[in-house]
Amino acid sequence: MLDTIASLGRWGLNVFERLGRGHIFLLRVLASLGSVVVRPGLVVRELYSVGVLSFLIILVSGLFVGMVLGLQGYVTLSTFGAENSLGVVVALSLVRELGPVVTALLFAGRAGSALTAEIGLMKATEQLSAMEMMAVDPIRRVVAPRFLASIIAMPLLAAIFSAIGVYGGMFVGVGLLGVDPGSYWSQMQAAVDLNADIVNGVIKSVAFGFVAAWIAVFEGYDAVPTSEGVSRATTRTVVHTALAVLGLDFILTALMFGDPA
Amino acid sequence: MMKRSLEVLVGVFVAAGLAALLTLAMQVSNLSSLDTGSGYQVTAFFENIGGLKAGAPVTISGVTVGRVASIRYNADRYMAEITMDIAPQHDYLPFDTSASIYTAGLLGEQYIALEPGGSLENLKDGDNIEFTQSALVLEEIIGDLMVKMTTN
Repeated sequence: MLDTIASLGRWGLNVFERLGRGHIFLLRVLASLGSVVVRPGLVVRELYSVGVLSFLIILVSGLFVGMVLGLQGYVTLSTFGAENSLGVVVALSLVRELGPVVTALLFAGRAGSALTAEIGLMKATEQLSAMEMMAVDPIRRVVAPRFLASIIAMPLLAAIFSAIGVYGGMFVGVGLLGVDPGSYWSQMQAAVDLNADIVNGVIKSVAFGFVAAWIAVFEGYDAVPTSEGVSRATTRTVVHTALAVLGLDFILTALMFGDPA
Repeated sequence: MMKRSLEVLVGVFVAAGLAALLTLAMQVSNLSSLDTGSGYQVTAFFENIGGLKAGAPVTISGVTVGRVASIRYNADRYMAEITMDIAPQHDYLPFDTSASIYTAGLLGEQYIALEPGGSLENLKDGDNIEFTQSALVLEEIIGDLMVKMTTN
């Protein structure tokens, strides 16, 4: 009985310790972002590994999500004789929700896990300690460029996802199922607002990019420096990012679209 | 050499992302279709506007010629006051044009349909459309029907 209570307390202390360490770590990363601007080459290299290498999976998934939306939307809307609104359904669900959220989930799996494993292995092989020995701050040299590159890459990837999805929906709706292309685009343009929908979608994807990057670099930097620890940290990155993104998405949606204007 | 191709790829990626953002802004949103800034404004008073919203299309014979700019309640006339932006090339509307609120399809959104009259004088900026027909409210129609059926 006493052991149970003791382990419960230990668990709680661990949770709060990690929570606090994560936030202190975030502050240190944010403070060192300024020094990254002086060396943009580092950020460009990381943009390649988190952005360019995620490009293909985002392109293919965006296309298929758009096609599925086109098909499902058509089947449901045609029951009401409203299949001309297909463009609205596809564009709004992509720009508001699916674009930022699915991109963030894919980003966590494709880029976030790689970041954690990379930084975790650097720690396990004591490369980070070696840098400190040479008076090079590993947060400035290793963590900050990766963090910044992720925040830049996420909104771009989400925009690509949404744009390609709209064309995927058009391919299925207009090309295969015979929706009028004029009403597909015009109803979409009438219903999608630049500020309320597209800018809010971009804000969402920046917020998700921030969270995904934070969790990925923190888990890597904080990993237990063994092969088992790194593998655990990588798993935690994907799971925690998914949970954080979905939870944050609800809060952001409630703030952005909850007020019926 | 390796570094150069890496930079090119990153450049292509960023350009593709920005192009996608531009596509979303221009093609998907209402940015391109809302260029009524240089047009003229007319007002109309309605008894009941139903579910009409700002931004709804203003049409003649089904062709969109403008948008609803603002909706407010006019306490002097006890009616809803609608301000419409009409595109500048549609400056031929007669003074006795009438405006009606219709619904697009069974579940569609509501819009304003203009019906040109026969006057030789044309509507100008700031003019008021005199002849209006309110939106149909389903409950009112059912209410009228009930009254008719019970009195017979």
